[in-house]
Amino acid sequence: MKTFQGRVIVPGTCTAEALVSHGGFNTLASYQMALQFGDKKVKCGDQSNPDIYKKSMLAKALCLPMTIGSTTGGMVLFGACQMGKQPACLLFSETIDSLAAAGAILGDVWTDVSMPVVDRLGQEFLDYVQTGMTITVKEDGVVEVSGE
Amino acid sequence: MILTPEQQALLNGEKGETMAKVVKTLVMYGDAFDAERMVPVTSEYGHTVISFGLKTLGPVYDLYQKLLDEGLLSKQKFTADPRPLDKNVPSSFLEDIVFNKLMYSRQASYEKQLEEMGLLDEDSYTCTSYLPQVGNVPKQGDILSWAESSAVIYANSVLGARCNRNSGILELMGSVAGFVPEFGLLTDEGRKAHWIVEVRCEHKPEAQLLGSAIGLKVMEDVPYVKGLDKWLGTELTDEATTYLKDFGAACASNGAVGLYHIENLTPEAKQQGESLIREDAKVYVIDDAELQRVKESYPVIWKDPDAKPALCFVGCPHMTLKQLEDWTDNVTRQLEENGRTKVTVPTVFTASTPVIKEFNKTERAGKLADAGVVVSYICPLMYMNNPLCKKKPVITSSNKLRTYTSSRYYTEAEILDIITGKEGSR
Repeated sequence: MKTFQGRVIVPGTCTAEALVSHGGFNTLASYQMALQFGDKKVKCGDQSNPDIYKKSMLAKALCLPMTIGSTTGGMVLFGACQMGKQPACLLFSETIDSLAAAGAILGDVWTDVSMPVVDRLGQEFLDYVQTGMTITVKEDGVVEVSGE
Repeated sequence: MILTPEQQALLNGEKGETMAKVVKTLVMYGDAFDAERMVPVTSEYGHTVISFGLKTLGPVYDLYQKLLDEGLLSKQKFTADPRPLDKNVPSSFLEDIVFNKLMYSRQASYEKQLEEMGLLDEDSYTCTSYLPQVGNVPKQGDILSWAESSAVIYANSVLGARCNRNSGILELMGSVAGFVPEFGLLTDEGRKAHWIVEVRCEHKPEAQLLGSAIGLKVMEDVPYVKGLDKWLGTELTDEATTYLKDFGAACASNGAVGLYHIENLTPEAKQQGESLIREDAKVYVIDDAELQRVKESYPVIWKDPDAKPALCFVGCPHMTLKQLEDWTDNVTRQLEENGRTKVTVPTVFTASTPVIKEFNKTERAGKLADAGVVVSYICPLMYMNNPLCKKKPVITSSNKLRTYTSSRYYTEAEILDIITGKEGSR
């Protein structure tokens, strides 16, 4: 097991399976088809992201550098929270970007969903974590990564 | 974050729980970026990215209704992104059912909410609200609470206004409160360039391809682009601003760029020159080979990569009047050269309603219609976002549309060859 310390954007705790995007996560491209057409597994629809394209994002610990793309991104993430189709948590290696921050904060303030968000975990975090590993997020921004 | 007594009172619930939540959202947003204070929104108008009434996003519209019910309206009139539906755009019977019954069934009720919230007028649905025909043109230094990646980057870069890459809904919160947290692109430091981009192409680079290459490289950083004034000149002419509109949209959608500076051309680059560049700025050199490499890296996700295109979209972001005029001239000339009278692929040019109205006053409108091209105010991206259109071989000159949909990108010259049936074009 390896431990990383980040900065808490939205507090909370969770344990979930990691889903890792090494490139920028395009929120609109990833979620739009799944949300519009009721994909129960919430599979990623971003053809430009080979790490997670067609993989289920539901209840996963989404590990990413940052989000990119359209400014509907935050609304899309907020919508995912409202529909109960959000990831278990969002873990950023870099400082969170404005679209992801908006979506995460809207989800926190305007819904009852718990989706912890931690940023500034560092490149070492993203280099180490692999899809399928187990992630535990603590209240103080500590992230534990275990498994092969 | 230090709030004024008035802002603190709002946060404490002086004007109700919902307004307190609006302010709390903005405070948390500012805290995430170490903002120290709120600053007033100073632009005349706002702009919202959410223009669509999607059946599945009911809870989003419930939030709008909650604000309306409590009298929490936008403090400014605002424009909105393009509508998702236009019956003039070719669609099948099945697609019409999907569009009207399954996807955008809340469109009418949402448009009513927008009107109540402060929409400028019926013609305000466009991603190019900053064009003079539409009239939402911020001044240099104005603080905006806008969302729409292509509009934000244009307002920041070409007009010198100040706006962060706000998300949909968040921009509404800023407009309702009348203030936004001061960080990032609202600050002098946040507008300095992390990258020097040296353009060393032999020919004028395609705007949508150059923007894509830069977006993919610098992601959310600010690029300072050298060498582009060689082709664009040093004044913001119609031709230059049209180029920058498309260039910026590609930067913003292929990466997350919210501001760029073009040496000797954009306002802050002209006023401040290289003092806008950070000491530790990295360098990215772009030549014709690099652009070709980027173009070839785009995945083609059509089931049959050799399929004949079923539809072509030009105008994401919406076209300027000059673009409509130039494309009309090019289409009619090339059709004649190819011995044809009509385009060989169903083609839609998209522009704002005010631009279309201006265009329709000219002789070119009739020529374009005779050539079989449809002119529409639709948002091609929203048209494409469904399983039926995903299977359709759609071509486009928009790198933004390529990024978010299954459409296939071609340069403008290639698109022109294809839709006018030039032999050997596809």
